[in-house]
Amino acid sequence: MLELKFDKTKCADCKAVSCLVKCQYMDFKDKDKAKVEWQKVINGEDSVVLHDCVTCYSCEEYCPFGNHPFYLIVERQEEKGILPQSRPITKQAINMTTAQGRFQIGQPEERALSFCAIPRCSVLATGKLFEDSLPSWILGAEFFCQAMFLHFARMSVIKENLPKVIDNIWNQGVREVTFLHDECYGTFTQLAPAYGIEVPFKSIHYFEHLYNKLKELKDEIKPLNAKAAYHRNCSARLVPETDHFVDDIFGLIGVERVKREYDRENALCCGGLIFTSIGYDAGYDVQKRNIDDMVRFDAEYCVFNCPACWDPLAEKVARRGIKPIHIIDLCKLAIGEKQAVEVTV
Amino acid sequence: MSDIHEALVKIVGKDYVSNHHEETYFYGRDPGLMTPHEADYVVMPKTPEEVQGIVKLANRDKVPIVPKGAGLALTGLVIPLQGGIVMDMKRMDKILEVNEGARYVVVEGGLSHGVLKEYLNEHHPNLRHSVPESPPITTIAANVVIHGQGRLTNQYGFNSDMVNGLEVVLPTGEICRIGSCSVGPHWFSKGPPLPDLSGLFLGWLGTTGILTKVGLKLYPKKKMKDLEIFVTDKEDLVPGIISKITHTEMVEDIGIWAQERPLMFRGNYHINIFITADSVDELELKRKMVYDSVQEYVDSKDAGFMTVSLDMKPDFMDNPQKSMTAFADVRRGGGFEYAGPIIPMELYPDCARKVAELAIKHRVVYGASGRVIHGGHCMMFSSAYTFNRADLDEMGRARKALYEAAEFFADKGGLLWKPNIDEQKIMMERMDPNTLKLIGRIKELLDPNGIMNPGNWEAR
Repeated sequence: MLELKFDKTKCADCKAVSCLVKCQYMDFKDKDKAKVEWQKVINGEDSVVLHDCVTCYSCEEYCPFGNHPFYLIVERQEEKGILPQSRPITKQAINMTTAQGRFQIGQPEERALSFCAIPRCSVLATGKLFEDSLPSWILGAEFFCQAMFLHFARMSVIKENLPKVIDNIWNQGVREVTFLHDECYGTFTQLAPAYGIEVPFKSIHYFEHLYNKLKELKDEIKPLNAKAAYHRNCSARLVPETDHFVDDIFGLIGVERVKREYDRENALCCGGLIFTSIGYDAGYDVQKRNIDDMVRFDAEYCVFNCPACWDPLAEKVARRGIKPIHIIDLCKLAIGEKQAVEVTV
Repeated sequence: MSDIHEALVKIVGKDYVSNHHEETYFYGRDPGLMTPHEADYVVMPKTPEEVQGIVKLANRDKVPIVPKGAGLALTGLVIPLQGGIVMDMKRMDKILEVNEGARYVVVEGGLSHGVLKEYLNEHHPNLRHSVPESPPITTIAANVVIHGQGRLTNQYGFNSDMVNGLEVVLPTGEICRIGSCSVGPHWFSKGPPLPDLSGLFLGWLGTTGILTKVGLKLYPKKKMKDLEIFVTDKEDLVPGIISKITHTEMVEDIGIWAQERPLMFRGNYHINIFITADSVDELELKRKMVYDSVQEYVDSKDAGFMTVSLDMKPDFMDNPQKSMTAFADVRRGGGFEYAGPIIPMELYPDCARKVAELAIKHRVVYGASGRVIHGGHCMMFSSAYTFNRADLDEMGRARKALYEAAEFFADKGGLLWKPNIDEQKIMMERMDPNTLKLIGRIKELLDPNGIMNPGNWEAR
């Protein structure tokens, strides 16, 4: 049985209770109240936290001890049958990602690209930035990182399937994987170790891949001289150490990461799951604040990392006159290639 | 019989008549499950006068006539059950008038929905009509004759409710106008304030006359459209959810669907909610009202909005939806047919359960879908079964499943939509005897020789 490596003594000694105090969706400005509610979570008691959490992953980043408060919340939600998302949508998510032997592979070698179970990743992974890596790629539910179930209080699904996914990747002969889905990288480098799951292959974040390729292609880069708002997604909270690559990449291609309110540790959720789990007003509010902030800082681009944030946010960003673009596509523009994924409004 | 062929040639010209097996074979069947019966002649008139001439000829020789659009009802309504003449209307394909101010169009009896849609897009971009979820070659006249539905049905009723006037060749050969066009040049009303005679032709499956012109209402075409999909795993909740959504009066169309494949959709009931608007503010207001209307189901976790990816959305937004074609080929060999009762909303849970139960019993793949009609007064419910045409056993099982479904729907009080001859019998067996007698008397009056699509609505 896989168990979360959670050390309650770290929480006992914690004075800041950052996991809750910094939360942008629950009001825990009162540290004492936060401490009480968090202790309830630790004790396995019912807490408002378990009901009001929007599953944004942020507390994983806020915790200075790496004590996995979010995973504990998810565990407790599942223990108590508290559903962040509705029952049918949860069922749909499980059905959608069930391995049915319909995975796709290119010609995987020891080093491979992973498109997770997201076909859009394969659309993005074209051109000079990936020509040395293709056709070594894998795609499908068999390689799906499972972290999505954190949004559904289904840690049991993750724990059951993740070892199988690791085996599936390994059995393709892959020993070093560049993950095009940020959440996959977070899963294999942060979530899996939190449960003591051994990951036998080396994981590389696609940011690092982009950065290295851009350095190789530096003579072909024509600086974009543009301002961009970076939309930092939930799974980026699992691996904040990768955030510097956004600055590094932007630096190489002549893009200014605007210093807006809702970036870095203060980033806001795309709103997609807030619409579906809480309701229109809550989702609309988060998206509006996020986009207003982009507009206020004169961003020309809204740069996405996660393909899943694209769906709820890209059209709305575009309607406000800001061009939504995935960071891979932004890099492509800088080397004279076309944007692969666009929206029209 | 050769006299008839020669007479038909005289009326429409030799290029538009055939008694060759290649054609009569094709015109003896439709894409559904009903048993084919070969036509004796196929004829393609171009004008109402040619239609009139053919009908007079048929009366003279007591030859059956079956008017045919694209033949896509799937329930055998254009199969010439007693042979005779199949009259393919597709050459009568002109758009005769578009009145922007009064928002109507007048078309000939063989014009397709696809052509009208494209014509309006190009020449009248602010207007639209109610496009059904059938292939674009579906004809407007045939669709209103079977009380079809389309994308605007939630707002404005059956497509036949949108008829604004008719020109009909009666079974005895007279050309007759119905509605405001019978007293003046304008096609703004199919009846009111006159006696509404359109009811003598709409829903009669071509047994009371041949539509040579149709006046059809047009509606404002909004600049923006979007889609939300609300999902529950409890079929019993669907009527209540629909009631809440329709109460907002904010949505263009509502479709309900459940299917076992792909796995992603198994076990849930999906409610497609289409929203249109002329501005972002209007769109978001409508979206908010829809979300708010079903908040109680979100709070209880019994239902929720599904994230529709931007890759998936165009397929869902298509009108007609191409996914219907894909479903038709689920079993390869391309075949599907559906029993589609019109039911009050409250019957949805029972009907949905029955469709799934019959699929298991008869080992066929099912899809259940529905469309809300006119703000929720009723819905079209469809139980579809797909089959491989090369597998006669599977076709037989699909046929049995459909028949049992039809009987179940009728027993529940549903009305079988575009019923095949077996389903017509199911309806007539349950019909008030005086109603049935009235149908017979009307047919007797209009078609004394019984030449019009015989075998259908046989109440005499």
